[in-house]
Amino acid sequence: MSHHTLDARRLLCPMPVIKTQNFVATLAQGDTVDVICTDPGAKNDIPAWCRINGHEIIGMADKDNDIVITVRVDNQNN
Amino acid sequence: MSQNNISQNNMSQNKQTKQRKAVALISGGLDSLLAARVMIEQGIHVEGINFFTGFCVEGHTHAIRKKDKAKPKRNNALWSAEQLGIKLHIIDVIEDYKDVVINPKHGYGANLNPCLDCKCFMVSKAMEWLKENDFDFIITGEVVGQRPMSQRKDTMPVVARESGANDLLVRPLCAKNLPATYPEKQGWIDREKMHGFNGRSRKPQFKLASEFGFSDYAQPAGGCCFLTDKSYSVKLADLWQAQGERKYEFDDIMLLKMGRHLRPRPHFKIIVGREEGENNFMEGYKNQFTSMYTLSHTGPFVLIDGKTNEDDIKLAAQLTARFSHGRDASSVKVMVRQADKKEFTLDVTPIPSDDIPKEWYI
Ligand code: SF4
Repeated sequence: MSHHTLDARRLLCPMPVIKTQNFVATLAQGDTVDVICTDPGAKNDIPAWCRINGHEIIGMADKDNDIVITVRVDNQNN
Repeated sequence: MSQNNISQNNMSQNKQTKQRKAVALISGGLDSLLAARVMIEQGIHVEGINFFTGFCVEGHTHAIRKKDKAKPKRNNALWSAEQLGIKLHIIDVIEDYKDVVINPKHGYGANLNPCLDCKCFMVSKAMEWLKENDFDFIITGEVVGQRPMSQRKDTMPVVARESGANDLLVRPLCAKNLPATYPEKQGWIDREKMHGFNGRSRKPQFKLASEFGFSDYAQPAGGCCFLTDKSYSVKLADLWQAQGERKYEFDDIMLLKMGRHLRPRPHFKIIVGREEGENNFMEGYKNQFTSMYTLSHTGPFVLIDGKTNEDDIKLAAQLTARFSHGRDASSVKVMVRQADKKEFTLDVTPIPSDDIPKEWYI
């Protein structure tokens, strides 16, 4: 299990979701990733995408001007 | 036999047992939501696919403008998938889509919307996905006669044929008005349990939505993308005219969604931020364009697109001053920053509003 960081700053939705989706597809079960975004829309869209695809949101925090959304990968049903 | 050469593994023997899988084009609107739901009702395993062309109305500028931030924003395609309990695959088709917008074989609709080519393109992309992921057929929410350009009785076969999907393309909302498809002929789905909607009325869809218990679904006024928007299309046409050719980059089409656009000279235009959210977003482009903002007064962030000389920069600075709180001052100090990071200031008189010809506004 490893931890990763994905830079999705200055991208507008749905690009942060697409980036997250494509990156998560390369990760293993239980891996975690901090997705760093600036579009506040990602606060709705990334959790919605995770709910649909069975992944888990384990953190969401505002840091300076960024939003950090932490996703735990669950590929078991994929 | 289907016109598509897809291995169907002893379909006839397995048809009772094999779980059939369909990929549904999910736009975020009501029709695609209903179409997918009709197929789920028939026991089909459905997954959604949504294409991001760069022109989609979803998200984007709604997120930029500060005044819109208070309203929680949702992505309707994700919302639809969640209502349906299906997976959604969002695919970035920005590059491949350019040819659809620039050279549409079937032409444009009322604005620069190439709807028929767009439908063919999306179904063909869904077909590629289907083959890669070993799915059986495609679902769309198209309804015969719903849209003047892309959803007419005579264009329905065009989409099926030109996309290469042929009889693997199922339109559950109007299937009864169309020839039987391969999944129907094989007994994977029941034609009688599909619908025969046609024409522009939305009543049958609203009724079906309420039967399924869907409420709060999205109802975009125009089409699903900015290309159906008149003022957006005018700006895109202006960009092509100024460039001398029909082409665009992703950043171009993003910037067309924000700010006021004025073209004071054929070889350059200015983009004036209308509020803080846009100003902040446009600042991200300061290493790609010459930019300016007022120092002596509060005012907008402005990008200059095109090759400019000294007079042009002065004119742009006067316009920047005009859109600032110093519009009535005798002199306004403007900071000019070139893309190569060289900075200088100019003291200018704001251009009187009567001196801004209407034609400058794009
Ligand atoms: S409105 Fe836009 S996205 Fe929808 S079919 Fe027409 S061109 Fe395609």
